[in-house]
Parts: sequence; structure tokens; C-alpha cells
Amino acid sequence: MIDLVLIGLTRFLVGGQAHWIGASPDTRQRIYFANHASHLDTLLIWSALPRLLRGSTHPIAASDYWGKGRVRRHIALKVLNAVLVDRATQGPPGAALAPLRGVLAEGESLVLFPEGTRGTERLPGPFKSGLYWLSQEFPEVELIPTYLDNPSRAFPKGTFLPVPISCTVRFGAPLSRRQGEEKDAFLERARAAVGALASDPVA
Amino acid sequence: MSLSDKLFILFGGISALLGVASVIGFALSRKVTSENGRATVDNLNARIKAWWVMVAIFAVSFGLGRGVTVVLFALTSFYALREFTSLTPTRGADHLPLVAAFYVLLPLQYWLIWIDWYALFTILIPVYGFLLLPSLAALKGDPEQFLLRVSRIQWGLMLTVYCISHAPALLTLDIPGRPREGFLLLFFLITVAQFSDVMQYVSGKLFGRTKVAPVVSPSKTVEGLVGGGLSAVAAGAGLWWITPFTPLEAAAMALAIVAMGFLGGLALSAVKRSMGVKDWGTMISGHGGVLDRMDSLSFAAPVFFHLTRYFYT
Repeated sequence: MIDLVLIGLTRFLVGGQAHWIGASPDTRQRIYFANHASHLDTLLIWSALPRLLRGSTHPIAASDYWGKGRVRRHIALKVLNAVLVDRATQGPPGAALAPLRGVLAEGESLVLFPEGTRGTERLPGPFKSGLYWLSQEFPEVELIPTYLDNPSRAFPKGTFLPVPISCTVRFGAPLSRRQGEEKDAFLERARAAVGALASDPVA
Repeated sequence: MSLSDKLFILFGGISALLGVASVIGFALSRKVTSENGRATVDNLNARIKAWWVMVAIFAVSFGLGRGVTVVLFALTSFYALREFTSLTPTRGADHLPLVAAFYVLLPLQYWLIWIDWYALFTILIPVYGFLLLPSLAALKGDPEQFLLRVSRIQWGLMLTVYCISHAPALLTLDIPGRPREGFLLLFFLITVAQFSDVMQYVSGKLFGRTKVAPVVSPSKTVEGLVGGGLSAVAAGAGLWWITPFTPLEAAAMALAIVAMGFLGGLALSAVKRSMGVKDWGTMISGHGGVLDRMDSLSFAAPVFFHLTRYFYT
């Protein structure tokens, strides 16, 4: 019930049309990785996915925002199936990834924002290494670059109310795997794949 | 004849017209072979289908009364403003003025029309919005392209909210001896404006040769304008019996609607070009966005509203 209200509200305010450019909606196990600009991003991808996929797809959400307050927490965990991650986790590289590994090990899909935090530019900033480690550990999972157009305008950082500006969600072709690719080269390639989906008719 | 009898005849007539169009569209789709022709016929059929939906929505809202009609137009404005803003470059400092435009000025404008506060709804956006929006934008202290940014938001609001809201405002007009006939005036306005668009498209496709403004709007031709305009003026004159106008006056009113509609289509086409797009959106299949359908109405509505108000109330 709440999910339908949230999807309805998202569609009403920002549209959130899905464009499957290089991939089609499929039940294969996937990691969708996207640029991150706004709190709307998780909702946008979630509304853009067909219902069938929503149940088995888990967005990663920062616990310092989505874990706060009973309502937000309930929406994140119960409605969006989100996995909450503590961005401040200390420890060896990739320690914060434990909950994500769990989801992937169960055969479910993930939505990831590898920039780690919300950016202000149209093109994504440098990616954190999590995507690389997961891609190494779960080589059978498809990596789908995803570009979110406009959420930074509809709901910019530091504001309290989204305004109605149409946003689109573009899903690109799965990122190819390359034998023995270095971490930085892989992350740069992944970032470029997301950026390449940005169509920019208006400066 | 009672109001509901008239509405029944009118919507019956439009359904018959659309029925004929659907049959022709179906026949064409079975005959066409070339790829280019197929695209044109598919677009035509998508347009006809969308017309059925739009007419059904209007018929239902007319049937349910003034409140529903006002809400319907408020939603139309909402989607048109969303389209306008989506294509307009904005910066972070424009967020507050946009919040005010969507969540304060838009509902307020339609509420004023609902309670029939003429003196305020005609100045709310051009005067108070005009002062409020740049003030809010300036508070953020971002001078980059300031004038350009506030003008875009203000003009978007004028076109999509202020102008379009004058269509349902016709329902507030009190014409002596004709209670509750605002619906018929609204019907007259929409029918003439949209019929003019359709007939300009049709006669442009059939006879179009001389382009009016090739750079701004390549599909607008003199032949299309004259053919479409004359058909719409004739249709308007033929609808005199639902209005307070004589047949000649109805033709003159229709001419005003056609002229303003044409200019609206042209001006908004120029806005689209300046933003580098062909359509305002994708919401109405075959037609493009809401604003692609409402561009002529947005220019025609305020003029028709005022002409009627000054001469007939």
C-alpha cells in the first residue's frame, strides 16, 4: 500500500520514466550502479524497476539518512527493501560491504551509488572501491550502469522539498569484465559508463 | 434547450467526428506501404486515440461540475509547468522560487478562480509573483545569469498557470439571462482552438507549400494557417447557438481565438527551438507533451476571457 503511494507520488512529482537502453528488465542477478545527486535517487530507481524486480532488488541506503526516524526507517527497510550501510565504518578495505555481500550471496540484486555521497554535478564524481570488490567476488552478477537525469535539480542537496521537474532513469548495457583489470582502471571505466548515459540537450 | 441537452449534442457531435477520424485512420493504416507513410499514419492514429482520451476526460469533468473542471485545469497547468521547468536550465538558487511557484502560486491562482475573486486572480502572478520570485531567488545570493533565470521562471508561470487558468475562469462569468453557461463558453474556446490546430495540421499536410517561419516552426505554412483558420472560424460561427454571440460575433470571436492560438503556437515553438528540443514532453502519445497541446490555448484563453467579459457581462 505505502509502496503504491510512494510510486504514485514519485511519478506525479518527477515522472521517473525508465529508459532501458542497453539492457532489458530481467530477473537475472544484477548490481545497478548509479550517479547520486539526491534523496530521490533511491525512490526513482525503485519506481523505475518493474514490479517483478522490485521484490528482489535492494537499494543501498546510508543509515545516517534513511535509518533516522521511525517513518523513514520503516520506508527504507520494509517498503524499499533497502540495506542500510554505515558510511563511517572503520576497518580494512571493504569492511562496510558485509551486508551487501549477504544480499548478493542470497542471489538478490543490488542498487549501489558508488560515489558514496550526493554530488552536485551532472556527471558522476570518482567512484569508491566497493563496486570493484563486489564485482571480483561475484563475477556472475551483471553490472548495469544507471544514469539518473535531473534529480539534482528537482531535489538539490540542502533543500527540504522536491519540486516537480521530470527525471529519467537510464539503464545501460552491462559493464564488460576484463581479465586482471586494475581497480582504478575498472572504477574509471564504470564511472565513464554511467556518464556516457547522460544525454545533455540543455546546458 | 437546456444546458445538458446542449452538452449532449456537442459531445455527441465530437464523438461522431472522432469516429469518422478513427475509421479513416484505420483504413489508411491498412493501405499504407512506404516506411515514411507508415510513420505519418501511426502518428495520426496515436493522435486520434489521444483525442478520444482527452475528450472523455473533458466530458467527465464537465459532467461533474465546476470544482472538478477547475481541478482538471490546475493539473493541466501543473504538468505544463513541470514540462516547462524540466527543459529550463535552473540553478540551486532557483529552488526556492520554484517551490513558491508550484506549491503556493499555482494552487492559489486556481483557488482564487474557484472562489471567483476576479480582482486578485488577474494580478496575482503578473504583479505579486513577479515581485516574489526574484526576491526569493536573490535571497540565495547567486547573481549568475540572475535576470535570465528569474525571467524564465516568471514566464513559465505566466504561460502555464496564469494564461491557462483563464480557460476555467470562463466558468465564473455571469452573462445576463444565461446562468451556468460558462461551460459552453469553455467548450467554444477549446473546440475552436483545438479544431484550428487540427485543421492547420491537416490542410498544411495536404496543401502546405509556403512556410510562415521556417526556422521557428517548419511545419507551419500559409496554406495550413489559412485553411485551418477558415475552417475553425466557420466551426465557431456554426456554434453560435451555444454562446451569447450572434453568428457574426461568434465568427469574430473564433477569429480572435485562431489568431491568438496561431501566435501562441509560434511563440512557444520558438521557445522550444531556443532550448534545442522538438516537443515539450512525451505525456500525450502522438502529440508530444501537455504544452504541445496547450500552447495555442494559453495565448487564446486570456484574450477570449477578456473579450467576453467586457462585451457580454
